[in-house]
Amino acid sequence: MTRKKDEILFDHNHDGVDRRGFLKCMAWAGTGTFCVMQGGVLKSYSLSRIADLSPAQMKGQLSFAQISDSHMGFNKPANPDVAGTLKAAVDKINALAIPPEFLLHTGDISHLAKPEEFETVEQILRGAVAKDVFYVPGEHDVVGDDGKGYLERFGKKSKGDGWYSFDKKGVHFVGLVNVMNLKAGGLGSLGAEQLEWLENDVKRLSASTPVVVFAHIPLWSVYPEWGWGTEDSAQALAYLKRFGSVTVLNGHIHQTMQKVEGNVTFHTAASTAFPQPQPGKADSPGPMKVPAAELRGLLGITDVSFVQGQEALAIVDSRLE
Amino acid sequence: MNRKERCLTAAMVLAVVGVAITEASSLVRVKAREDVAKSEVKIDNFSFAPGEITVAKGTTVNWVNRDDIPHTVVSDDKTSFKSKPLDTDDKFSYTFSKEGTYNYFCSIHPKMTAKVVVK
Repeated sequence: MTRKKDEILFDHNHDGVDRRGFLKCMAWAGTGTFCVMQGGVLKSYSLSRIADLSPAQMKGQLSFAQISDSHMGFNKPANPDVAGTLKAAVDKINALAIPPEFLLHTGDISHLAKPEEFETVEQILRGAVAKDVFYVPGEHDVVGDDGKGYLERFGKKSKGDGWYSFDKKGVHFVGLVNVMNLKAGGLGSLGAEQLEWLENDVKRLSASTPVVVFAHIPLWSVYPEWGWGTEDSAQALAYLKRFGSVTVLNGHIHQTMQKVEGNVTFHTAASTAFPQPQPGKADSPGPMKVPAAELRGLLGITDVSFVQGQEALAIVDSRLE
Repeated sequence: MNRKERCLTAAMVLAVVGVAITEASSLVRVKAREDVAKSEVKIDNFSFAPGEITVAKGTTVNWVNRDDIPHTVVSDDKTSFKSKPLDTDDKFSYTFSKEGTYNYFCSIHPKMTAKVVVK
């Protein structure tokens, strides 16, 4: 039997879409809607739908929010007030029907790795209902001092350049660092030491454990021409192949995008600071200068919930407006 | 040649000489500008411009970041020269005292690469 590339082979969520095969779903920030091209494996609930879930479905549910690219210290068009938009993101998180248990920050916390920039972000995030914040660094957080300041502040329990893992309600979370020791002309990089650690970290887990991997630069090839990819991510994903459910959360590209390949769902989050152009749609990936009225529609947060007994994680992007 | 014609001729000669002098001095200025431009690299739109420059031994090359995003200037070997993060309008200079080809990149955006050739 020959199969079409995008054929639905198994429909986990009874919604006409499936995790298997090659499925692609992209949602550009700013359009406000998901553009499902050939189905999508992620069961994406709208915020209102999450409120509608039955108590049985709610039981044992783990929900968390992802924020990214707050770029504290950036003060140019189109957003001279990145502190204000980060606060708006926190307000949005605090207003969620199901309070997230913790926050993930997928890097570029700061614009220039200055202590006062890190401090401001920490202060603003202390206003969130979720008290735990798990960080990974972006390239802006390690610039100038090879990540020393970042590690002193955020990496106390981490290994190597800042990688670590933890478990929450049966879900295994892995924070990876792919912004250190970048080579001329190259992409994001994990490095041999981190890859070896990852291999050992996930070895003990049963294949049915849902795994969430988060890192700053996408662990899939979004647009290598702009450095939007990680050169040795294939090796990392090879260690995760045996798992039934793997979700990869990234930032860096300042827009939401999703891709599903086999059992792995890739997702990038919007920035809370400034939008960047769609791949190849501009001369360079510099900040998009948009009218002030449109800015908050291009920034956002990501709310993720895991429902036990279902394999898929629900990922919902919300705009700041 | 009457008086009026002599005056006109004199004026024309003066004008021609004047133009010649102006041209000569602007040529000097252009030359000076070229020398400066040759050792200056502008960073904008996620690229170094010019992407390759050739300078004489002992030349100080100046980089200026005109982009609205920070960049760095780091030699590929990461040891020959390395700027601190350059925010908008920040500058970095390095004097090349040895001949050779120096490839460099932005350590924040490693797709940005360029080179300095020292002869």
